[in-house]
This record gives sequence, structure tokens and C-alpha cells, in this order.
Amino acid sequence: MHITPSRRAKKAVEAVIKGILIASSTVAILTTVGIVASLLFESLRFFSEIPLTDFLFGLEWSPQTAIRADQVGASGSFGAIPLFVGTLLISTIALIVAAPIGLFAAIYLAEYAHPKVRSWVKPVLEILAGIPTVVYGFFAALVVAPWLRGGGEAVGFDVSSESALAVGLVMGIMIIPLISSLSDDVINAVPQTMRDGSFGLGATKSETIRSVVLPAALPGIMGGMLLAASRAIGETMIVVMAAGLSANLTANPLQAVTTVTVQIVTLLTGDQEFDSAKTLAAFALGLMLFFTTLFLNVVALRIVKKYREQYD
Amino acid sequence: MTNTLSKSDRIKAGLTRRYRAEKRFRLYGIAAIAIAITFLAVMLTAIGVRGVGAFQQTHVSLSVTFDEQMIQDNNWQAIVKKSMRETFPDVTARKAKRSLYKLMSSGAGYDLQAMYRDDPTLMGQTRQVWLTASDDIDMLMKGAIDRSVVEDDRRVTDRELAWVDYWIANDAIELQFNWRFFTGSDSREPELAGILGAFTGSLLSLTVCFLLSFPIGIMTAIYLEEFAPKNRWTDLIEVNINNLAAVPSIVFGLLGLAVFLNFFMLPRSAPLVGGMVLALMTLPTIIIAARAALRAVPPSIREAAFGIGASKIQTVVHHVLPLAMPGMLTGTIIGMAQALGESAPLLMIGMVAFIVDIPGSFTDPATALPVQIYLWADSPERAFSERTAAAILVLVGFLITMNLVAVILRKKFERRW
Repeated sequence: MHITPSRRAKKAVEAVIKGILIASSTVAILTTVGIVASLLFESLRFFSEIPLTDFLFGLEWSPQTAIRADQVGASGSFGAIPLFVGTLLISTIALIVAAPIGLFAAIYLAEYAHPKVRSWVKPVLEILAGIPTVVYGFFAALVVAPWLRGGGEAVGFDVSSESALAVGLVMGIMIIPLISSLSDDVINAVPQTMRDGSFGLGATKSETIRSVVLPAALPGIMGGMLLAASRAIGETMIVVMAAGLSANLTANPLQAVTTVTVQIVTLLTGDQEFDSAKTLAAFALGLMLFFTTLFLNVVALRIVKKYREQYD
Repeated sequence: MTNTLSKSDRIKAGLTRRYRAEKRFRLYGIAAIAIAITFLAVMLTAIGVRGVGAFQQTHVSLSVTFDEQMIQDNNWQAIVKKSMRETFPDVTARKAKRSLYKLMSSGAGYDLQAMYRDDPTLMGQTRQVWLTASDDIDMLMKGAIDRSVVEDDRRVTDRELAWVDYWIANDAIELQFNWRFFTGSDSREPELAGILGAFTGSLLSLTVCFLLSFPIGIMTAIYLEEFAPKNRWTDLIEVNINNLAAVPSIVFGLLGLAVFLNFFMLPRSAPLVGGMVLALMTLPTIIIAARAALRAVPPSIREAAFGIGASKIQTVVHHVLPLAMPGMLTGTIIGMAQALGESAPLLMIGMVAFIVDIPGSFTDPATALPVQIYLWADSPERAFSERTAAAILVLVGFLITMNLVAVILRKKFERRW
């Protein structure tokens, strides 16, 4: 009685369920479409007021709100180069801190550490990744920056209290676990036979790592570094709390610089008219940010994936 | 010189050098790990030392009279002021009186009001009660204000010091547990500020986030793992999810601002919108974890179900899903922990305002715990910095608990097939 062809309720119900499943899987696509569409739409409105070349190559960033429409200099200047340079400076410092520490930590954990040590150290490093970025921001602004400033004064350097160095240092610590866990994975994926071959020729462990394991794992490690760079570029809270607000075109890590994310936050918090060039500029910056990080991610994921296929 | 050495000597010399290099290399690894762990320890201790003070608050014991007239005028602070004048009867000048009143928090009146509400028979009586002191006195009692500094550079004047010393001599001032920090919401006065408002906001946002991201994430994972044909469309979805996982969180905030606020006209600063943005952000984490959990269920389970005539959906819902659930829940808890610590996207949608009321619904203006930390970190008062650190301790405590629960769940339900 249960299996007569006329009882097709199950079929219909299952078709509906499958439809719901498909619908929910499109949410991911819709999110991306939504991001691209909203950023593009608002950015186009921005670029209809401010020429694209002024934005991309301008050396001065001072977005002002016009009190009256006919005010002199009401449009402000929207040259984003100082922001790009500031972002790059802080991310570079972060990577200089995180790359060696993360890589050496990964090498030690993958090649030397006793399994027991590994099972303790790995979760502890993961804690660094789990701490909210406001906490890092607070620490950078209230502990590291004053400390660097005091230290700089003692040896005769003039260190800004919002120095790029302090921000970069703290951000570097934040991305250590990202680099170490990705590098750890690729180092572990290098087949043992390659190590055995090297040991057979009389190489020591560190020689094997340096001349066999690392070159084999290099693409994957590079992929991890790119992901870390993308993370550093998009990081918001640390820079909002500890980096400068005013655009300052400099490569000196002891001075205050501002970043793309800091400007997005300052332009959009508080009540403004939504149509002004000032608020629209935030979306143009968001668009830059999105495509830069997307590019880095796509390249990184491709490198990692390509590398993995080699030994499988 | 080297030519005169025998071959084995040269090898030996080389070996010592190589072993030394080996040792050095190993040390680099240990040093790297030590640096990372030291930093973590320094950061947590620095914040812990700063924040632990905020769990206590200075209270002063005053003899107050619940004056009938003042209660009817609802002027509770006047009762406090009167009691202070009685404690220090020699203070008569206007300016001196004003600086005397400043010793007590403007919330001391609320303390009295609450006492009266609990016990209306207090009307007209005189009682010795503990009332909240101002933040400067609080900082002084906690040793954060240095008495040896010149008076002009100190936030507490010599005269105020003398009053406080009088209380200290009479045991009328002490540090008590700071209940208000856990039951109050944001305030301009550090001694009155609490985290309950922000915490409620976080809780409401996380509820919305969970209700959206958990079902959608799991259904997406089921579709991709169990049903989806391998074609361009599903490849696109996969690439999409991997990329979304690495998009900076602030971009999700921009999406929320442009789509949810400006296009759909949803209310600003509302936990509803905050939860929606956080849901989009945590979705990739949940999908990736849920797919891994589904993949871990062996095909034999599915084949057995098919074998006794179950349909595809029945197989998945009755057999595969229950077995994959612990893994999915673990991933979801980790995703929720991420969402709890996230603040950048919430800044974009206006959950960054000064909000005194504790939000009661999903559309009330609210803020979130990490955003509250950001707001307090900006305040110049020394007492706020202490509260910021304390709020961080609470937040990190919650995150650690959530992650521990996830680890325990995984350990408990982990199965080897």
C-alpha cells in the first residue's frame, strides 16, 4: 500500500527540499554579487564626481565635508596614494615580523618537535589567531606604542605615538598563526621519501630542511604568505585604534601613517549625508580593498592547490 | 693550510661546523615559538593587570537621612549632598562644597533610590549606607593617582585628599565588588559604566547570526557534498565560498550598509542588521566545517540506507546528518566565537553609538561587546582604560569557553570509522 505509484507525496516533498538546498547554496553567490554590485555602484557614483586618475594617482588625501555647497575647496581632495603607501608600510612591517617567526615555528613543529610538545604548542599558537582584533588594537595603542615612544626617546629617535612600527609589530604577531599553520601543512605534505633520500646522502636534519624540504614546500609557503598579506591589508581594528588618522605620505616606520581601512571607518562612522563624495569615497576605497585582497587570495589558493596535486 | 690536513680531519672539522649549524637552526625554531608565546603571555598579563581592578569599585560609608521632601522631589542626589555636608560640617564655602560633592559619583543617588524602592519604610529614617564614589577617588584608592605629584598636575586636590584620608582613618571607604560593571550599561561616568548593555547587544546579534548562518550553512554543505553534480555552477559556488572566507570583514560591513540599510531601509544600529552581516561573514566557516563533517561519514552508511530502500533525502536526513552533526556543531561554535569577537563590520552599520539603554528587541539601537571595548578604549579617563581591559577579560573569557566547548564536543563525539 505504501509503494503504489499514486503516492507521490514523497517525490514532491523531496523535490521541494532539494530546491531549498539549492536556494541556500546560492546565498554564497548572492553575497559576492551583493558585495561587488554595491561597491561598484557607489564607486561609480564617486568616480562621476572625482576622476578615477585623481583618486588612483593623487598624492593628497583630505576629504572634507562642505558646510555650504558653494564653499571653496568643498570637494576636498581624494588622492589615495598616501593611504595605499600607509597600508603597504604597515603590512610590510607585519610580514617582516610574522614571516620568519611563523616559518621557523612551523619548521620546528613539523620537523623537530616531539608529538607531545606539538599537541600543546599548536593550540597555544591558535589562541593568538582567536583573540579578537580589538584586543590587539587596545594592546598596540596603550602598551606597545607608548613603550616604543619611550624607547625611541631614550636613544634619541622621535617616535610618533601612533607609529606604523607599533601597529605593524602587533599585527605581525596576530598573523603568525596563519603563516605557521599553513606552512606546517605544506611541510607535512612533503613526502618522507625525499627526506630519507637526503639523509641517505649524509645531510644533517637542518641541511635536509634547507635544501630539500623548504624548496619543495616553497610554493605552498608563498601561498600562505600571500594569504597573510591579504589578511594584513584588510585588517581594520588594530589600525583604527593604533594608527594615525591624517594621511601622511612617508616610508618612515617611526611616523604615523593612515590606511585604507582606517579611512573607510572614519568616513562612514558618524552621521553624514549619504550622497556626499566623502561617504562615497569609502566605497571606492572598499572596492580597491576588495579587489586587492581577492587577487591575493585567488593567486594564493591557486598556488597552494597546484602544489598539492604534485605529490598526491 | 687545508692541504696539510688529512681528509678525515677536514671532515671532522666540517662536521663540528655542521652540527653547530644544526643546533643553531633548531634554536631558531624554539626562539620563534618562544617569541610568539611570550608575546601572548605579555599581552594577556598586561591586560589582566590593568583590568582586574575594574571588578572592584570604591564605596564610601555615609550616614544618610531619607528626607521625605527630597524623596517627593525625586532629588536623590540632594540627600547624598546633605549627608556629605553633615559629615564635614566645617565646609561652608560654595566652591569647597562643590568640590566636596564631586567626591561621590552622580550615581550615588540611584543607589539610594534603589534602596528606597526595595524598602519604602526607609522614608524619614537615618541609615549608614555604602555609596559609590567618583572615578577619581576610585583611581586614588586603587593607587593609580600618585599622591607625591604636585597638586596642579594631580586630578585630586590636597583638600580632597584630606577628606578621603578622613574616611580612610574612620574605615568609611573601601573597595567592594563592582556589581554595576555586570548589571549596568554604557555611561559617561566610568564608575557607572557596565557591560550588560553591550553584552545583550552581542547576544541579540549572535542569535540572529546563528538562526541564519546555521541552517543556510548546513543546507549548502549538504547540497554541495551530497547532491550537487560536478559542473561549472558548483565549481563557481566552491571558489566563491573559499574566497568569501578571506574577504576582509570590513567589506561585509560596507555590503550591510549599502544593501541592508540603504536599499532595504532596515534600522541603523540594530542587532538584526548586525546579525545578518555577521551571518554572511561566518557562513563560509560553517560551510567548510560542515562539508568536512559530511565527508567524514563513510559511504557504507549511505549504501546501507539505500540498500533498504531509503530515498536520497531520507538517507541524508536520517543517517548521514545525525552522524555529521557533532562536527557541524563544532564548526558552528567556532564560527560564532569569531562573530562574537568581530567589530569592524558593526562599525559600518552604526552599532557604534553611545547607548545607555539595554536593548530589548532585535530592532532597538544596540552596540556589541567588542565595539564597547573600542569605544571605551578611546575615552581619555584613566578609569575607562581599566574598564576596557576588564571588558576584554570578559570577552576573552567567553571566547575561550566557546572554544573549549568546541574542543570537548569534538573529543567526545569524534569517531574513527
